[in-house]
Amino acid sequence: MATVRLQRESFDAASEAAQLRRGRGDIGAIVTFTGVCRQDEAGAPLVAMTLEHYPDMAEAEIARHVEAAERRWPLLGVTIIHRYGRILPGEDVVLVVTAAAHRQDAFAAAEFLMDYLKTRAPFWKHIEFAGGGRVGEKVWVDAKHADDVLADRWLPGRRAAE
Amino acid sequence: MKLRYFAWVRERIGKPEEEIELPAGIATVADLMTWLSERGEEYAYAFENPKVIRAAIDRAHVRADAAIMGAREIAFFPPMTGG
Repeated sequence: MATVRLQRESFDAASEAAQLRRGRGDIGAIVTFTGVCRQDEAGAPLVAMTLEHYPDMAEAEIARHVEAAERRWPLLGVTIIHRYGRILPGEDVVLVVTAAAHRQDAFAAAEFLMDYLKTRAPFWKHIEFAGGGRVGEKVWVDAKHADDVLADRWLPGRRAAE
Repeated sequence: MKLRYFAWVRERIGKPEEEIELPAGIATVADLMTWLSERGEEYAYAFENPKVIRAAIDRAHVRADAAIMGAREIAFFPPMTGG
């Protein structure tokens, strides 16, 4: 039921969502989330963002998250696409599509999957800055505590996430 | 046993992976990080703040107190920034 792809190339979010829903009269809600590369990081403009990843682990780990989402909500379809390699400002980075009979499940599952992708999927970003004394500097992006807090909302016993 | 390194852990150590013979007495991921730190300056630099380093055994996340016996592949990396 789920599609998980890692790829260098960009993707077409609308086309992926269309494929997911084709012929499915039981789907009443589709949520399509796209993560995009912003043009600045911590206030400084960037030339490019590069995603390193642990290929053998990334697919398995994302698949585990999808299975967890499918156990938790009555999903009728999930598609996740995560790019790696060099990405330019304005380009898409990650796609999460969830389908369900009702919107609460589609929304919640999409948020759950993104919160986990941010904290547990084995990817690491580094940035090439555009100017201001940081030109040519390769800087690894730090993980954000705020993302850990968001992911922790989904732990058992945290009712606010339901 | 194969060790793999990612992101700035790899940069500090200077290689993406290596095969090692595990000496006796190294039971956990934390023990392994300590042992690796003593192999050279570059390792000490990579593991200077072990609390920040994450590990995976056979491609699944583990904590520092996880037992490494039987592991085929252990990876060390910084906190992830995917998504």
